[in-house]
Amino acid sequence: MPIRAPRAVNPFATTSPSSSPALDAMNEKADQQRRPSFTKGNKLASLFGGGSPRTRSEAAAIQAAILAQEKALNSPSSLSLPSINLTTATGEKMPSESKTLFQPPSPEEAQKQAKAHAQFGPLGSPAHRYTSQHVGDFAEPIEDEPPYYFLITTYISYLILIVFGHVRDFFGKRFRKQHYSHLAERDGYAPLNSDFDNFYTRRLKMRINDCFSRPTTGVPGRYITLLDRESSDGNNTFKLLGTSTETLNMSSYNYLGFAQSDGPCADATEVIIRKYGVSMASPRADAGTSDLALEVEDLVAKFVGKPASMVFSMGFVTNATAFPTLVGKGCLIISDELNHASIRFGARLSGAMIEMFKHNDMRDLERKLRDVIAQGQPRTHRPWKKILVVVEGLYSMEGTMCNLPALVQLKKKYKFNLFIDEAHSVGALGPRGRGVCDYFGIDPAEVDILMGTLTKSFGANGGYIAADKDIIDKLRTQNAAMLFAESPAPPVLVQIASALRIITGEYVPGEGEERLQRLAFNSRYLRLGLKRLGFIVYGHDDSPIIPIMLYNPAKMPAFSHEMLRRKISVVVVGYPATPLVSSRARFCVSAAHTKEDLDRMLAACDEVGDLLQLKFSSGVAGGAAPGDVVGVKEDEGNLESLVVKKPRWRLVDVVRTGVEDAKVPLR
Amino acid sequence: MDLNDAQGKLVRLFNDANTQFHKMPGSAIILRYIKSSYQNDPVRSAIELFLFLFAVRYLLAPAYSTQKNKEVSLSEEEVEELVDEWTPEPLVTPITPLEEAENTKRPIIVGPTGPKVKLSNGRTVTNLASCNFYNFVANETIKEKAIQTLRTYGVGPCGPPGFYGTQDVHMKTEADVASHLGTPACIVYAQAFSVVSSVIPSFSKRGDIIVADKAVNYAIRRGIQISRSTVRWYEHNDMEDLERVLQKVVKEQAKKRLTRRFIITEGLFENIGDVVDLPKLVELKLKYKFRLILDEAWSYGVLGRTGAGVTEAQNVDASEVDMITGSLSGPLCAAGGFCAGSEEVVEHQRISSASYTFSAALPALLSTTASETISMLQEEPELLSSLRENIKAMRAQLDPRSDWVNCTSSVDNPVLLLVLKPEVVTSKNLSIEDQHQIVQDVVDECLANGVFIAKLRPMPKALGTSPQDESWQPTPALKVCLTIGLNKKETEKAGVIIRHAITKIMTRRK
Repeated sequence: MPIRAPRAVNPFATTSPSSSPALDAMNEKADQQRRPSFTKGNKLASLFGGGSPRTRSEAAAIQAAILAQEKALNSPSSLSLPSINLTTATGEKMPSESKTLFQPPSPEEAQKQAKAHAQFGPLGSPAHRYTSQHVGDFAEPIEDEPPYYFLITTYISYLILIVFGHVRDFFGKRFRKQHYSHLAERDGYAPLNSDFDNFYTRRLKMRINDCFSRPTTGVPGRYITLLDRESSDGNNTFKLLGTSTETLNMSSYNYLGFAQSDGPCADATEVIIRKYGVSMASPRADAGTSDLALEVEDLVAKFVGKPASMVFSMGFVTNATAFPTLVGKGCLIISDELNHASIRFGARLSGAMIEMFKHNDMRDLERKLRDVIAQGQPRTHRPWKKILVVVEGLYSMEGTMCNLPALVQLKKKYKFNLFIDEAHSVGALGPRGRGVCDYFGIDPAEVDILMGTLTKSFGANGGYIAADKDIIDKLRTQNAAMLFAESPAPPVLVQIASALRIITGEYVPGEGEERLQRLAFNSRYLRLGLKRLGFIVYGHDDSPIIPIMLYNPAKMPAFSHEMLRRKISVVVVGYPATPLVSSRARFCVSAAHTKEDLDRMLAACDEVGDLLQLKFSSGVAGGAAPGDVVGVKEDEGNLESLVVKKPRWRLVDVVRTGVEDAKVPLR
Repeated sequence: MDLNDAQGKLVRLFNDANTQFHKMPGSAIILRYIKSSYQNDPVRSAIELFLFLFAVRYLLAPAYSTQKNKEVSLSEEEVEELVDEWTPEPLVTPITPLEEAENTKRPIIVGPTGPKVKLSNGRTVTNLASCNFYNFVANETIKEKAIQTLRTYGVGPCGPPGFYGTQDVHMKTEADVASHLGTPACIVYAQAFSVVSSVIPSFSKRGDIIVADKAVNYAIRRGIQISRSTVRWYEHNDMEDLERVLQKVVKEQAKKRLTRRFIITEGLFENIGDVVDLPKLVELKLKYKFRLILDEAWSYGVLGRTGAGVTEAQNVDASEVDMITGSLSGPLCAAGGFCAGSEEVVEHQRISSASYTFSAALPALLSTTASETISMLQEEPELLSSLRENIKAMRAQLDPRSDWVNCTSSVDNPVLLLVLKPEVVTSKNLSIEDQHQIVQDVVDECLANGVFIAKLRPMPKALGTSPQDESWQPTPALKVCLTIGLNKKETEKAGVIIRHAITKIMTRRK
């Protein structure tokens, strides 16, 4: 804050009387002048391109800050206004001593604030909030389909890629043998990679390798700094150029914006590092159980609404070691087909039988359940000892949520045990951020085991399992990660603890609520905007994971490069992480984003969408203007009968109406 | 006349069919075949006809399925009844008194870990249970460095390495480990325990062959299990037995397609504490053309002049070992693990090693801590020498002087594993359960006297396995972990307490 009015400042946006629209608008105005380098006014034209100077040296930053400050001083509007901080989440400290109303900020202070805002954007308006909560019946998201032209060209693209790959292999293996030596037998050793398995990596992934594993530095918050690199050998190796680019971060799982190097979490972490050091240097079972670990376990258990919990130092290992302690020979795991690799890893280790059901298809699950219970174990036909149904709360590639109400219904009838992996949903869903149970308003006691990661919403690392006390007690004695793996590091634990306390409102009341509501608003706003622009968007409305479909394989690198040119980092995923045809780009929304960031994102998508022909949607999945729904037949559930015009809104209209419309069911 | 009509029709039909048949190309051949095969033997023709029909049926039948025929067909009501009847077992079996005791007795450290720790019962005890060998936990330089990193990177990287989770600090740690070991490349994982169990299945697939030491740790066993490869075990650290197994494998596989073959063993064995004979192992692996996966989780940062592990201690070029996995969380007091090897080995893992690709990256501040401690080990060899002094002092108190236990660990291993002497076990006729009980009693007794030591954990068994199929389990042992945070005198004093505790428990037990 350049200008502070100690008596007037109330950092708690929810309770602040200053969040009246008028004051807010004025504040926004003052804001613009203070930070001209970030927002550049409200003009959409200047939202991207060369105008946003996110790559600059520190000296330049100070220069800009001084300039901004001079400008602010000379401008009459900011002189007459004590500015009020609307957001509490950027970790700004209250001024320790009172300053005069008109005292300009020191360059250091301005710089510090700029840094904080690069990690967590300030809330633009109190209207940019929404409560993530389930209303009405569970609606399966409608998966729109592109015109056949795109599907056919996608298949042809893969065909061309494969044919070219084989042609290159054919000549390469004859004329450039040294490049293929790793695929052939070498003095009696079988190749580490089989030629066939390696084909996809070598001939398809290698072409777009520069879109993956981009090295970064600094905090993965609202912005993320990428280290520029180039390849001179077809993406085989990369050379760092020594420069960096600050991009809008639409890729990190930083749902609640706790990736911050300032603020209460970082402060608490610093204190703990000074006191505890960085490690417990022992597995939990030996000498790794600290008071901190128990405190975090208590907090996590209370947060998710289970009697007990245990924390681990890695999310993957949480799943990998949990299943062998729960199920084994004679048990059955019924798993959603799109479940995460760690679940498959753990399930395979357990030695139980594994069945899959179609993604989120409750009818298929019920059919499977009836079948397996009636038939019993294969060959012996003995009844199963246990049946564990494993689903994820929020699927990371689809943006869909599990149908928890239906699962609980089925659980009552078929008496199976339910395991929910809340890796992406905890912190990201529900009015209080407590995951899918909170979102659907279902008692967590209905679910046997709630597992989740602490990496995503809490900006830390690790995983947890929450369940009844007898289950956790048993796990503590049997779980391999408890016995042999490193215990979570004290700084990581305290980051979790302080993030949890902020979400529950114990620390900095109001801030947790702000983060949750901003995330919910941002998710819906961006999703609606993309739908209206004409993209095919997968997933549920409240999901902070927003995949848009690209289909053609060549559009993956094209989209990634075009967005990078507009200084936005996105994740593109294709086969084998998705079905062959449905390559997609995935955006992860964060509470750290401001509406301006999302508008910049929408503008970039609008341009790139036109450039790459990505606006395929037919409108059945929503996004059409109310007047454009031409004929809705009244028979319920028959969505094919919905005749709508293709939504192809102009960007200005999307931005103009988005804030209001994002708060009603997205249709 | 109706009958005649019908007969006429039939004859006409027959004639028509006959002419049609003769018009058909190849009909003459069929006719000739039937004529020549009939030979006034209707039985033979009947058999041939039957065979022909069987062949047609066989070809038209749907693909062979094992599932279909095994299923009992049930009516909806029966299914409903079965669903109602089915009662699952509880998700976990009730907790046993032994496990209950384990949970209540587990010491809880209040405040930082270190050579002296405060427990939740208010007592301050000497800590010989952590891998805080060099007392890096209390090092102020490391703390400052970690805070600096925190203030630049925050805590978590919020994403997997493939999706913007690779930070420059990770690349630095990778380069640091690689240059310390002397390998061309290295990859850093977010947790040490997950490294080897993910590295093994990323290289070794179904049909490949793994030859492993019988005493390898739990993580390696799980990796082997996931890989679904054919596994052969050799007697612990017995190079002759290894050679015999290798010869056998080579002989068996001589006629078959060449598959990947791996030898998997540990540097310092987690369950026994002794050290591998690496020069001999490398000789054998080169001779029989196996690749070597060496788990240095307990030896990296401990053995060798600068703590670079077995390769440094036994003068073996690290590039002779195909994959070296290790931990940054134990002796280095950071977190995470690594796998070092050639560029090819490392790059392969970046896309196909499950716990690397599907997990968030290591927090930046833990990565810089690892870099810092690696350079400390290289720059301050006195850290290692004073640790070895302490090991010597402790061993002198226990191994030759105790009547009851001996130490199976190698002389440079700061983790002393103490097992009951075989003659004690035989003379007192102690079962495995008795030994576990004795070990637990000693641990409790030591703690009562102000020395916190640990015990070796048996490997958890898979659920549903019958008690008969006993897999290899370590001998119950006490685990004493040394640290340079205690001076020689304090170490000796703790050693005396441990020795007396053992004697007390053993003499009380008649």
